[in-house]
Amino acid sequence: MVDPSQNPGPLNEPRFESVETVREALRGVDYLADDGIAGVAFLADRLGKPVLVEGPAGTGKTQLAKSIAEITGSRLIRLQCYEGLDESKALYEWNYKKQLLRIQADRGSESWNEIHEDIFSDEFLLTRPLLEAISAPDPVVLLIDEVDRVEVETEALLLEILSDYQVSIPELGTITARQIPLVFLTSNNTRELSEALKRRCLYLHVDYPSLEREREIVLAKVPGVQENLADQVARIVRSLRQLDLKKAPSVSETLDWTRTLLLLNVDVIDEQVAKETLHILLKFQTDIAKATKELSVED
Amino acid sequence: MLELLNGFVAELRKAGLPVSLTENLDAIEALEHIPLEERETFKYALGATLIKNQSHWRAFETVFEVYFSLRGPQYRIADDADGDPDELWREMQDQAGQGDGRGGAGGSMDNLTPEEIAHLLMRALLEGDQGLTRALARQAVQRFAGMEPGRPVGGTYYLYRTLRNLDLETMTDKLMELAQQQSPDGLSPLEERLEREEFDTRIEQFKSEIEAEIRRRLVADRGVEAMAKTLRKPLPEDVEFMHASRDEMQSLKKALVPLTRKLAARLTRKRRHGRRGALDFRSTVRHSLSYGGVPAEPKFKYPRPAKPELMVIADISGSVAAFARFTLMLVYAIQGQFSKVRSFVFIDGIDEVTDYFRSTEDISEAIHRVNTEADVVWVDGHSDYGHAFEVFWQRYGRDIGPKTTVLLLGDARNNYHASQSWVVQEISHRARHVYWLNPEPRSYWNTGDSIVGEYAAFTDGVFECRNLRQLEAFVDKLE
Repeated sequence: MVDPSQNPGPLNEPRFESVETVREALRGVDYLADDGIAGVAFLADRLGKPVLVEGPAGTGKTQLAKSIAEITGSRLIRLQCYEGLDESKALYEWNYKKQLLRIQADRGSESWNEIHEDIFSDEFLLTRPLLEAISAPDPVVLLIDEVDRVEVETEALLLEILSDYQVSIPELGTITARQIPLVFLTSNNTRELSEALKRRCLYLHVDYPSLEREREIVLAKVPGVQENLADQVARIVRSLRQLDLKKAPSVSETLDWTRTLLLLNVDVIDEQVAKETLHILLKFQTDIAKATKELSVED
Repeated sequence: MLELLNGFVAELRKAGLPVSLTENLDAIEALEHIPLEERETFKYALGATLIKNQSHWRAFETVFEVYFSLRGPQYRIADDADGDPDELWREMQDQAGQGDGRGGAGGSMDNLTPEEIAHLLMRALLEGDQGLTRALARQAVQRFAGMEPGRPVGGTYYLYRTLRNLDLETMTDKLMELAQQQSPDGLSPLEERLEREEFDTRIEQFKSEIEAEIRRRLVADRGVEAMAKTLRKPLPEDVEFMHASRDEMQSLKKALVPLTRKLAARLTRKRRHGRRGALDFRSTVRHSLSYGGVPAEPKFKYPRPAKPELMVIADISGSVAAFARFTLMLVYAIQGQFSKVRSFVFIDGIDEVTDYFRSTEDISEAIHRVNTEADVVWVDGHSDYGHAFEVFWQRYGRDIGPKTTVLLLGDARNNYHASQSWVVQEISHRARHVYWLNPEPRSYWNTGDSIVGEYAAFTDGVFECRNLRQLEAFVDKLE
């Protein structure tokens, strides 16, 4: 543990040279970033601030954190949020079974103070993802996934760690980070996050990629795909996204679809093929019906 | 630079965006790390630090374009174009990419005839040549918009003038024809559709280029602040339901879902505090540590909150037609959140529409069915709250229980019929809560044939609900 009085605050060497290097490095691990993504990742490192990534499902929000971890050679620590998540699962917990055993084992032989000192020490502390990210000696990327799933009250748990990179444990004192980890929070926007949380973060909205970017993603992620097929895939997907669907096709679904088309040895997508494989792109029967209708009845 | 940034932030605040002091400081710090020449990165850096809500991005972008637009002599409103045409042309060539002399080598674009411009534009759109498109947009504004320095006309006027001369409506069809000719064995319907969409996007891009160009020139002419003021638009949460455009309706629809979830959470919350549930063994043992392992302080689980029941009764008559569409969207969204919700619509008759929403996933279809199939007209199709409420009470009144929350939506313009407000009183006796959401401004209440006051006496509150912000405030107030 680091004594906060001796350590005025963790200082980091910048991880990235410039926005361009971020983009190049991400490209190296097959993550195609646009200006916004690369720029915000670069800033997050320079400013030492967490990034709140919002956007529709399946646009590579989680993948961004993974890719950043990969290019910086950091360990990825992931906290999956869900309703009912509490501090004993997110921050830390005292290993009370062990503490009980300790008390039982020494009954009568030690003074109260000694036991008290003893059972609230590192040995009995179970670190959970947030504390682990803070106290890790090696570089880490912390991913807090789907933060919109926790209740508003639980959100407050995150505030201390996000703004000061420290965790206060009543029995133990404050634990300050040894190095500022890169923190990514993802949200599917199912509810509005609190102002306090947003204020502490950089905000990045990842939307469905543009036609050109999607084509490049397909080319990069699906080996062996022909350029004109990738182009056609991207165009059809864009066309589908313009329809009023319950769930628009995500990037990962686009990739699945392209792989399927490759397996089926399709060179050019015609109506027939499109209709038969639509269920890979769309997951709701009503959406499929709507898309089939739209794609075929066109004068 | 700092001054410019401060002006920028002040303008953002004037436009209604919540920018806090810390965020402002973050932005300033961010700029130390970002080279100013890279305009896109610069924009995203500001966006990431200042804007924390996607629906505000558009407003941000507009202000950004005004404050940090490219400036220079070439954006001056020049009617005699005496700058340096060669230089201008060279620049266009650069932008056109390889500078392979499309549109006549060496000749300035200023010398082209309108027909040639149109021809060039068609080629640029057909090939998706962005550089050329941009140059053409600039040329078109210079030529057709007829901008004069100091003339107090809005940007839309210039946009209209420019577009009128370009004849973009028929452009897609012309392009499609060309594309048909170019492909050796004709286009399949699927390909045709995709091509058409591609062209449409390109034309949209061209239009926004023109808009940006006009804006740049206006900024150069009138100064940043005056321009920012004229471009100010209400934020999505301030758009009035009654006057929302189609696009605005779309974004309202998206914003509704999280709001109804919040509503659901609020309505359940009340029951969560105070009462105790079964013993929480884990927590008890954990807390027993304070007493040396003796479970002196038993801990209890919270009981599962009871599912709220909701009845939504909405006016869909002509006087609230625009609001009605929104109401139906709201009802639809609410129905996705609550397991026990029943919805009713009325004009002068009343009908239950719960099943219309439940049976289909498609909201537009559900609304269509409500509008065509629901039996809501009794005599003449003018609102009659009194009769509608009376029928409601007869038919469904006994279904209201102590767990039910009743939500009434309408302007209470009763066309001078009897109010029958005793029904609302009876409802409020039986139900847990009765709320009324009124889409009219508060100052119009109880004027003319509005009798909202008469009903208000028996409800737990009447709330003005003209935009998302107010709806959100209502949801927040529920406790």
